[in-house]
Amino acid sequence: MTTYAIRRVLQTIPILFIISVLLFIMVRSAPGGPLTAARRNPNISKEQIEAIEEKLGLNDPLPVQYGRWLGDMFKGDMGESIKFRRPVSEMINERIPNTLLLVGVSFLVTLLIAIPIGIWSARKPYSLFDYAVTTVTFIGQSIPVYWLGLGLIVIFYVTLKNPISGEPFFPVGGMNTRGKEGELLDTLWHLALPVTALSMGWVAWYSRFLRSSMLDILHEDYIRTARAKGMKEQLVHYKHALRNAILPLVTLIALDLPSLFAGALFVETIFSWPGMGRLFWDAAKGRDYPVLLGVVMITATLIIVCNILADLAYGWLDPRVKYE
Amino acid sequence: MSELAAIPSREQNMAWLIIRRFFKHKLAGIAIAVLALLVFGAVFANLSPYNPTDQQPTNSFQKPNSTHWFGTDELGRDVFSRILYGGRVSLTVGLFSTFLSITLGVLVGALSGYFGGWVDSVLMRITDAFLTFPTIFVLILLGAFLREQQAPWLKNSIVVVIVIIAALSWMWPARLVRGLFLVLREKEFVTASRALGGNHARLIIQHILPNCIGPILVSGTLQMASAIITESGLSYLGFGVQPPTPTWGSILATAQNQVFRAPWIGFFPGFMIFITVMAINYIGDGLRDAFDPYVIHTE
Repeated sequence: MTTYAIRRVLQTIPILFIISVLLFIMVRSAPGGPLTAARRNPNISKEQIEAIEEKLGLNDPLPVQYGRWLGDMFKGDMGESIKFRRPVSEMINERIPNTLLLVGVSFLVTLLIAIPIGIWSARKPYSLFDYAVTTVTFIGQSIPVYWLGLGLIVIFYVTLKNPISGEPFFPVGGMNTRGKEGELLDTLWHLALPVTALSMGWVAWYSRFLRSSMLDILHEDYIRTARAKGMKEQLVHYKHALRNAILPLVTLIALDLPSLFAGALFVETIFSWPGMGRLFWDAAKGRDYPVLLGVVMITATLIIVCNILADLAYGWLDPRVKYE
Repeated sequence: MSELAAIPSREQNMAWLIIRRFFKHKLAGIAIAVLALLVFGAVFANLSPYNPTDQQPTNSFQKPNSTHWFGTDELGRDVFSRILYGGRVSLTVGLFSTFLSITLGVLVGALSGYFGGWVDSVLMRITDAFLTFPTIFVLILLGAFLREQQAPWLKNSIVVVIVIIAALSWMWPARLVRGLFLVLREKEFVTASRALGGNHARLIIQHILPNCIGPILVSGTLQMASAIITESGLSYLGFGVQPPTPTWGSILATAQNQVFRAPWIGFFPGFMIFITVMAINYIGDGLRDAFDPYVIHTE
């Protein structure tokens, strides 16, 4: 198990290496470079710019620059934002908890809704409930998250108002009402619409998946055996079938993580949620490459770490899997 | 001789069978009609009496009415015409990026599954690396980056969007095709063909690949649906096909900025994306049933 974990971690090194080289080349070959503003400034002479370039090592060969950048990355130094003149690592550190909160809560809500729906529609396939669920999940899977987010804003923020106070039902923008920073209830209230927008498609996708996975397993011999023993249908479903039906879900979730972060980017942009996605979008508009590079590297690392965790969880859930 | 001619060849029979089975799935049939209508609207968008980029500031924010079916936006442009023209972008990007990503995916998957060994290891490591890419972030980065290059043909090109979407989505068909090849290459008919002296290319293209057509088509529909959502999303964020070319995503973005003055505008582009994706998903569902010999149809 431990050797397997170590091997998985080692396997990710070439992946991160490829990603980082590609990104580094891209960022360095972008026109302008970090000294564009300085070059336009008439008060800074050409000699001074050359001195700065020399000091920052911009004249070194690209591999040398890459090596230096990589070394800095390992020390947690991701450079400085061109626009805000602040360390990138500091800016990302502020945003990571907010993104994880949004993604984590959405994920929890998704599983809490999708798993029961998947089980129930598999219990009586082709029943009215099953047909209703299949149709609704088909719709849910086809709704783009940005349209859903906009729709929620139009309905619950712009159109519908609380008849007593005249205030919108749900707040849009930010994590807290001014003056209520750090209050859990207020944050949850702000989370309501973003989480709904982010979860909808995932609920549809996972409940469909679990339904078909359950239906496959209910045809297995060991289920027939369990029934033949006179086991209660309830137990057959929840104890014998569910455990095996949920296993492939773990792999699926790990593969879907990049899309989950993608959805978070849209939701953060629409609802001005101060997470990494929003930071990335703002930075992309201003071509703030150090920030863009930092965010991509951090998300890639997060995804890889979660993938390894999912693999290990799979082994823990399924005793048939043996790691060598 | 005439008796023989009356019997259709095996291929014709098979194709007929699949088409018949496909249309037994009623929703898939409806989906084909809807998609045909959308394609028609996009192809004949120029028949609309309004120019999609024609600004009439005095005519802004009209609600949907009989002259402007979907109303007008903040610059007085006819939203219905913009939607029709936007369909061109979405459908073109969807079609071509799917074609590219399936071609690349089938190539990688077929080589990987057929040869196995180190070819498989290398190709699958690369596939895994691409699968861990935070796709949308890289797409935005590429979108922003490529547009800053000196080459003018990159600036406002739909080709850029097609290529970057395909470059980050070929992994799914690749994995699928690899799995199919791993199973099929062990089958008797492949061994038989090899014994008769068939070379690798012949085995791959003539014997194994035709057996993968069904799953590949189904995965193609999934790819196309997700490509259309991605393209609109990129335009929505401002990194897709650039204005003044109208796209469903960019119409949605302006709608968001005007959400207080004209909350209805956002409905139309979003609904178009939704209905297109839904139609494609149902076609995929129909294809899955049509190619699956185990699905029993009740007549």
